[in-house]
Amino acid sequence: MKTRRDFIKISALGIGGVTLAGTSLKWAWGSGAGDPGPENVADLPSLSRYPTYCEVCFWKCAGWVYHDEEGKIRKVIGNDADPHCNGRLCPRGTGGVGMYHDPDRLKTPLIRIEEGGKQTFREASWEEALDLVAGKMKQIRDKYGPESMALFNHGSSGTYFGNLLKAYGSVNITAPSYAQCRGPREVGFELTFGSGLGSPEPTDIRDTRCLVLIGSHLGENMHNGQVQEMSDAIDRGATIITVDPRFSTAASKSKFWLPIKPSTDMALLLAWMNVLIYEGLYDKDYVQRHTLGFEQLKSHVEKMTPEWAYGITTIKPHIIRETARAMANAAPSVIVHPGRHVTWYGDDTQRSRAIAILNALLGSWGRRGGFYFKESLHIPDFPHPPFPKPAWTWKETLNGKYPLARLSVANAIVDASIPGEGKEHTIRGWIVSGTNLPMTMPQKDQLLKAMQALELLVVVDTMPMEITGFADVVLPECTYFERYDELRDSPGREPWLGLRMPAARPAYETKPAWWMAKQLGDRLGLSEYFNYNDYKEVIEWQLGQLGTSLEEMQKIGVKRFDRTEGSLYMDESLPVEFNTNSGKIELYSTELASLGFDPIPVYTPHPEPPQGFYRLIYGRAPMHTFSRTANNPNLVDLMKENSVWIHPSVAEIWGLKKDQYVWLKNQDGMVSYFPVKVRLTERIRWDSVYMVHGFGHRDKKLSLAYGRGANDSDLITNVMVDPLMGGTGMRGNFVTILTEDPGKEVKS
Amino acid sequence: MKEELFISGRDIPNIDPFLNIWHWQIPIYLYLGGLAAGILFFAGIFTILGKEKEMSTTVKWAPFLVPGALVIGLLMLFLDLKHQLFFWRLYTTVRFESPMSWGAWVLMFITPLSFIYAATYLKEAVPSWKWKYSILESAERIAIQYRRALAWVLIVLAVILGIYTGILLSAFNARPLWNNSILGPLFLVSGLSTGTAVIMWMTKDHRERKIMSRIDLVLIIIELFFITHMIMGMLAGSSVQIAAAELFLGGQFTVSFWVFVIILGLVFPAVLEILELAGYKIPVAIPALLILFGGLVFRFIMVEAGQITRYLY
Amino acid sequence: MAIDTRKCVGCSDCVVACQTENDVPIGFCRDWVTESVHGSYPNVELEIRSERCNHCENAPCVRCCPTGASHIVEGGVVLVTGNKCIGCGACIQSCPYDARYSHPEGYVDKCTFCNHLVSRGGKPACVAVCPTKCMHFGDLDDPNSEVSNALKNRKFKVLAPEAGTNPQIYYLT
Repeated sequence: MKTRRDFIKISALGIGGVTLAGTSLKWAWGSGAGDPGPENVADLPSLSRYPTYCEVCFWKCAGWVYHDEEGKIRKVIGNDADPHCNGRLCPRGTGGVGMYHDPDRLKTPLIRIEEGGKQTFREASWEEALDLVAGKMKQIRDKYGPESMALFNHGSSGTYFGNLLKAYGSVNITAPSYAQCRGPREVGFELTFGSGLGSPEPTDIRDTRCLVLIGSHLGENMHNGQVQEMSDAIDRGATIITVDPRFSTAASKSKFWLPIKPSTDMALLLAWMNVLIYEGLYDKDYVQRHTLGFEQLKSHVEKMTPEWAYGITTIKPHIIRETARAMANAAPSVIVHPGRHVTWYGDDTQRSRAIAILNALLGSWGRRGGFYFKESLHIPDFPHPPFPKPAWTWKETLNGKYPLARLSVANAIVDASIPGEGKEHTIRGWIVSGTNLPMTMPQKDQLLKAMQALELLVVVDTMPMEITGFADVVLPECTYFERYDELRDSPGREPWLGLRMPAARPAYETKPAWWMAKQLGDRLGLSEYFNYNDYKEVIEWQLGQLGTSLEEMQKIGVKRFDRTEGSLYMDESLPVEFNTNSGKIELYSTELASLGFDPIPVYTPHPEPPQGFYRLIYGRAPMHTFSRTANNPNLVDLMKENSVWIHPSVAEIWGLKKDQYVWLKNQDGMVSYFPVKVRLTERIRWDSVYMVHGFGHRDKKLSLAYGRGANDSDLITNVMVDPLMGGTGMRGNFVTILTEDPGKEVKS
Repeated sequence: MKEELFISGRDIPNIDPFLNIWHWQIPIYLYLGGLAAGILFFAGIFTILGKEKEMSTTVKWAPFLVPGALVIGLLMLFLDLKHQLFFWRLYTTVRFESPMSWGAWVLMFITPLSFIYAATYLKEAVPSWKWKYSILESAERIAIQYRRALAWVLIVLAVILGIYTGILLSAFNARPLWNNSILGPLFLVSGLSTGTAVIMWMTKDHRERKIMSRIDLVLIIIELFFITHMIMGMLAGSSVQIAAAELFLGGQFTVSFWVFVIILGLVFPAVLEILELAGYKIPVAIPALLILFGGLVFRFIMVEAGQITRYLY
Repeated sequence: MAIDTRKCVGCSDCVVACQTENDVPIGFCRDWVTESVHGSYPNVELEIRSERCNHCENAPCVRCCPTGASHIVEGGVVLVTGNKCIGCGACIQSCPYDARYSHPEGYVDKCTFCNHLVSRGGKPACVAVCPTKCMHFGDLDDPNSEVSNALKNRKFKVLAPEAGTNPQIYYLT
């Protein structure tokens, strides 16, 4: 029988006696309440400060956690030695303590039951919940094969559940951050330079003389190291060029702001190439020595003059020339920033290719002030038997589409979970950990169909996010303050090791993800893959292998290691080979040509908003990480709801006043579930509206986030899929304004 | 278009979006303070002029209201405090730059003195009154003996009290509506006017009533002049002051100010008093009540509007 | 203190760091970030400022305090002694920058320049955490201090100088 999943909307579950007033938590330092048991948590030493690395975003800044006199977590400060943050955490990291103190945290495992005709959750013990999950996973393995389990993940927990699935027999592990966010630029840069960008990107902003932000709102997106380096660059008088239809914070610090018409960025990039080539401003030596396909590129962009681009982008030709010259002037210490979230219009891999080509013409790849060669620490894997080879992978579910996808495409896994006629491979069960799919994935109707069809949906999270409302089993995870996690080995200019250790015992009945994975592994007969009782053992072994120890790392928090893989920048005295088909930087992509795609990017016009509609563009705010912080008391205090930015002339047409609340309806009739506040500002174009993503939560258990602001991803129903790697372009949605409550009809 | 906003979501209760930290307690206190000052002033003046017999209400009976008014006023102040257990700290120091400190000390002196002054007439009001303790009898004798001196002291303190209610507000240079030097004299005159209104209402003596009525008329005219002066001064001031004045000239307080304070509270009673002096019979309650009401509304409006005016954003 | 508006991105790290360092209750703040937009698209200008109590030299809040709870200590820092404060609100009325607020426990609270850290040689929490390093703190009387150097080569302004309070936070423009 198929389980039908109602979105469980209950606001008060009467969770077993743990009622809270303010921020008092039931556990106390040293007491047994909420203690998961001696075999799960190492004895916590009494230190003046505890090393950790932040989990609020992927930057993983190392920091120190401080207690107050009563032994409760009080504040977290950056680790001065760590090059990710230089001792200064961003607002989300500083406010991370709110995640720990949040009274709405998930506290006990929950199991879906049917009671009196309605579906609801009941609290369960860990034994019960884990037995249920393992039982179902065995069933799926027996009936469909282990490949039918998939993992959706974001964050540290991915390692453990990933290993679990691989040991179990599936490699269908996906993260929305690939095809819904940065995937296209990974492929674009890989096709050109032979390597993707990864996280964090190897942009040498610290030493750059010209930073070009096209599709990046650095300053509103709080990539800590990059914002810090941009500030240093401003001090040194670097030229910043921002291309953005909105007057972003970065635009306000730029020498040149190009208020481009949305969706026309490709034309600008091609026109810049035209100027650099035909005015002879490109790095001739670099291009001659390291690149392939210059002649094809030159003839390709011959007609793409600034005048041609002016008609498309509305950027004046002399500005296009001036900015190109400014870039060339600073070369090779120039960065055309690849951006981060690049899934816009479906031709995003090609646009990222254009950015990569531009960088190549300027000679910035592998040069100081451009892009350095990053290196991360190689941390030895804790010994385990080799993983079994799965019978099929996510690649098979693509049916030949998206040939360049190197990582799995989350929306494809969603589609593969909907059983259909003639479908050879169907996913039957999901583990979702650390990602709030209903607010992340566009095309929510597909997601809902998929979730309804699943035989098992396990959600692992710290907060009762919307995804938990669809789960069969909810497993409460403890926050990063309460656990050991794998050692940090993020790439950078030099390899720096980071330690995360708990500064408190897991609160309530929460557990670390590694423990959950091990418990499931034991129940599934995979104990040899989890050959430890406490993750601390793994860390101690790994640190020993690396020549340090837990005691040392507890004192210093981060440790620097020497580079072993070559120099930071290109060594021009040695012959350089790139990891492409030809061994050179491919301005003309041989791989794309062989697959039948455009080997050099072309400009394609994209649909424009109809009369009375405005293009919906979205972005970040520096004090939030979307859903992850939407209920954090400290950060909600800074920004509790988003607003829709509307130009005053547009507001006049609709008769809108400052701080009025309106509903937004998109081109497919979707209406925003909650109204959103209007911000009248000159910073936005008259053909677009802008919102910060991550608000409009519908789960009543998120007491601070519920009903605040509106959810932009609800309005993203038109998705333009990138044929190269499956990225879901989301900027082709247009909204109109409703000043009266439409009565919540067309909402899901 | 100029746009200013808080990025960091500042929303402090009672401070954002507009300052509203003083509620109804403060206007009531200012009003009662002004009223008390008015009554005591005239009581003192007419005592000095030796007119106790002719102006008996002024000198003897109206001051009985003052101790009660001052005590209620002090209670209002106490209620307004947010850290009430520490209120005694007010009396551990005298800070000359702080009008609030002046006020605390002036009230500290004037309240007992008003009790004493009223007590000197207690036997006249209630003939059968007998003090419980003989020491009080002797105290009463001394007080009556030194009534003139007491009257002088009361005049000075009453003027300080009346002006201080205005200076308290005008010393806040951060609130452009208040920050003009005419507010002190304005509140003093307003207080005197409400004092005369009370006396007018209480007295049964026609002559006394006529005198107070004339005095009140002059006071109202002076008050209207001060208000005009204040508004014109603000309109000729800096942009924040112009914005403050505009609250009364088209802004949210226009109707309540012009209707309740100016027309009903000052102009109409003045007209009635002129008619009265011209010979028409007007029941005294009407102008008196209107003046009292107008004075109270004026204080309420000034306290609320003043907090709305500001320098930034 | 000198704050470089050219570098500030308005991330509000200063606000939340102050909150965790000084136990400021949720819903209140000792410092805040404002954004000021001028012009019309596409000729727009934006200034972002981190604001707090300006620790004015001619502080009206110190002048009008009836109990002396509001006082200036050595170094020019304006502080409030909680157990002398009666909560009358006069200082809140007198501040042209709306920098003070009424703490739920009754006394009046505001930015203290993290005096408890500075007196031990540290920096205020906001200055120490700012990712763009746009905040400079130090002794304005010392011509070689970081803050004096910041003021030497740049144009700067103060907020509402016409209020006559002589504020000690300078915004580099």
